[in-house]
Amino acid sequence: MRKPFIPLSGLLALATLMSGPAHAQTEIQWWHSMTGGLNDWVLDLSNGFNASQKEYKIVPTYKGTYDETMPAAVAAFRAGNAPHILQVYEVGTATMMAAKGAIVPVGKVLADAGYTFDPKAYIPAVVGYYTAPNGQMLSFPLNSSTTVFNYNKDLFKKAGLDPNSPPKTWPEVVLAAAKLKASGVSCPFTTSWQGWTQLESFSTWHNTEFATKGNGFGGTSARLNFNSPLHVRHIENLANMAKQGLFVYRGRGNAADAPFYSGECAMATASSSTYASIKKNAKFDFGIAPLPYYPDVAGAPQNTVIGGASLWVMAGKKAPEYKGVAAFFNYLTNAEIQAKSHQRTGYLPITLASFEATEKAGFYKQNPGTDVAVNQMIRKTTEKSRGIRLGNFVQIRAIEDEELEQVWAGKKSAKEALDSAVKRGNELLVRFEAANKN
Amino acid sequence: MASEKRVVFRSGWLPWALLAPQVIVILVFFFWPAAQALLQSFQQSDAFGISTEWVGLQNFENLLKDDTYLASFQTTAVFSVLVAGLGIGISLVLAVFADRVVKATLIYRTLLIWPYAVAPAVAGVLWLFMLAPSIGVVSYALRAFGIEWNSLLNSTHAMTLIVLASVWKQISYNFLFFLAGLQSIPKSLIEAAAIDGAHPWRRFWTIQFPLLSPTTFFLFVINVVYAFFDTFAIVDAATQGGPGKDTAILVYKVYYDGFKALDLGGSAAQSVVLMVIVIALTVVQFRFVEKKVQY
Repeated sequence: MRKPFIPLSGLLALATLMSGPAHAQTEIQWWHSMTGGLNDWVLDLSNGFNASQKEYKIVPTYKGTYDETMPAAVAAFRAGNAPHILQVYEVGTATMMAAKGAIVPVGKVLADAGYTFDPKAYIPAVVGYYTAPNGQMLSFPLNSSTTVFNYNKDLFKKAGLDPNSPPKTWPEVVLAAAKLKASGVSCPFTTSWQGWTQLESFSTWHNTEFATKGNGFGGTSARLNFNSPLHVRHIENLANMAKQGLFVYRGRGNAADAPFYSGECAMATASSSTYASIKKNAKFDFGIAPLPYYPDVAGAPQNTVIGGASLWVMAGKKAPEYKGVAAFFNYLTNAEIQAKSHQRTGYLPITLASFEATEKAGFYKQNPGTDVAVNQMIRKTTEKSRGIRLGNFVQIRAIEDEELEQVWAGKKSAKEALDSAVKRGNELLVRFEAANKN
Repeated sequence: MASEKRVVFRSGWLPWALLAPQVIVILVFFFWPAAQALLQSFQQSDAFGISTEWVGLQNFENLLKDDTYLASFQTTAVFSVLVAGLGIGISLVLAVFADRVVKATLIYRTLLIWPYAVAPAVAGVLWLFMLAPSIGVVSYALRAFGIEWNSLLNSTHAMTLIVLASVWKQISYNFLFFLAGLQSIPKSLIEAAAIDGAHPWRRFWTIQFPLLSPTTFFLFVINVVYAFFDTFAIVDAATQGGPGKDTAILVYKVYYDGFKALDLGGSAAQSVVLMVIVIALTVVQFRFVEKKVQY
């Protein structure tokens, strides 16, 4: 049977068109970057909200990847037609925060509409990242992820390792990698988002500063600090692993996710949001474990750092529209919807209630490993582990990539590369501070 | 040429009106953005353009202080020479052969023109797939010869990758012009040389190549401009400037800082620098290289 080719989004658009403008509904534009199954999730959230009341209508629009959506919104804002709600990735957070005239804090939007906002209801490391020093929530944490350690249980078995006790520390990772290599695995360990996993999350996990001023939470005068002896030691360790073929570099961004899905790489540090894709693609038994750490470091393991994106409310809209935005966010904080989103996407739950609901429903028992990310994040954060919020962060990430690649290629020592990365990154921070004085 | 009959417009406004569409297009799409870039290069602003500050030459000073920026001049020079040189060389060879093809000319030519229709980013991805370490077809074959291909960490490999993709993308364009140039060379000249006993190589080198020089010169200018300006999508798709910054050519950084990192002042300053370089190069080409061209 041949099905007529009508894309789902087209159908939905048609359906909304046909529903007609019976009431003077207030439309709220939402620009996002979710594709595939996550796009369906966004549509379901919007449709759910639209069906729950009649006054407002959320209109989600896919605007490209995170780094395409943000420039699109910047251009739209300059032209005076920005969306109401904008999804921005975590590295864009400081830029959005600094753009005071361009955004309205979510806390204010909620309070103005008469909703109460209780920070205690949220998971500290998640909401803390998007909260101003005065305690006001600046953006709404829609989809938060963190770093986890994925491993291939089948390859572990083949190498004579216990598939149910993954390496907990970096020395154990080296030992496991050596055994995996001896058993014929060409890529024992790899990493996605090297800067995020091996420097940023590594820092908070070891309760060590990544940058001064509480990793940038204390203001734009923060400077990078990730060339400490601990950081150098870790990158040196990885460089040695690379030399012995125990760590295989597979590219920037999430390029290393695919070789893990395909079973080529046996262990990988990656985003917790890889869960859905691994489950779908992997033809092997896999496990999720907390990030490894160095056992001799005091305070480790602390908590891992946040990733993903949050929703920002743009300035310059009409009052009733902000009421609609607030109503939508209120809808999203509903524990049941939260729990469903968390279980469906692998993103973190943002409220404690939704975490408990998920636990009670037995989800973590049925899907072992899905609670790893939550457990890494649910702890009480310290000044050094609250998160990393820096200006020009997109460029700093690129510098981290560039310098680390020099280490993996054997062109620079760990110390040289980290010193250089800190120096180059600090020049960007100086400029960011100058550009955002007021 | 004195006997040439000149057409004179008597009307005062008609020539301007006829020129207007072209002039407007150039003003709106070339001079206006260029002027904007120049303006922004002296400013520093946040991403949303709420606070804009005049900073004088600060953006340029920042560039000069950045060692990696200076290093990318060398990268760009190597890249441009390779892309222009290989692109022109290979397409000239292809055009000379295509010119001599007797059967199925149309199919052969059409096939050679195809790659021009491919978007740069797609070209980058295409070559990346073939040359990706461990999964690429070509890198798999190379491993059979004992070559451990790794464009992720080996600078030479990465440079080879983006040069291949960029050259491949531009060959069709060059090919078209060379073929047209070759076909406009009178057959009688070549036949006369053949009768005098000149073998094909000599005929090419002493007759066709010199007569092609206007085309070659034109393509040289176009290819250098192409390598300087139009290749960022290929770099973005294939290497993202890595490993380290070894394939981060100037225009890639303009694109990255402006569009991804939203640093408009810094990006504008870089595009002004790039603009100056290309203008200088073009002047040099027209003043010195063009003298060797026989029209």
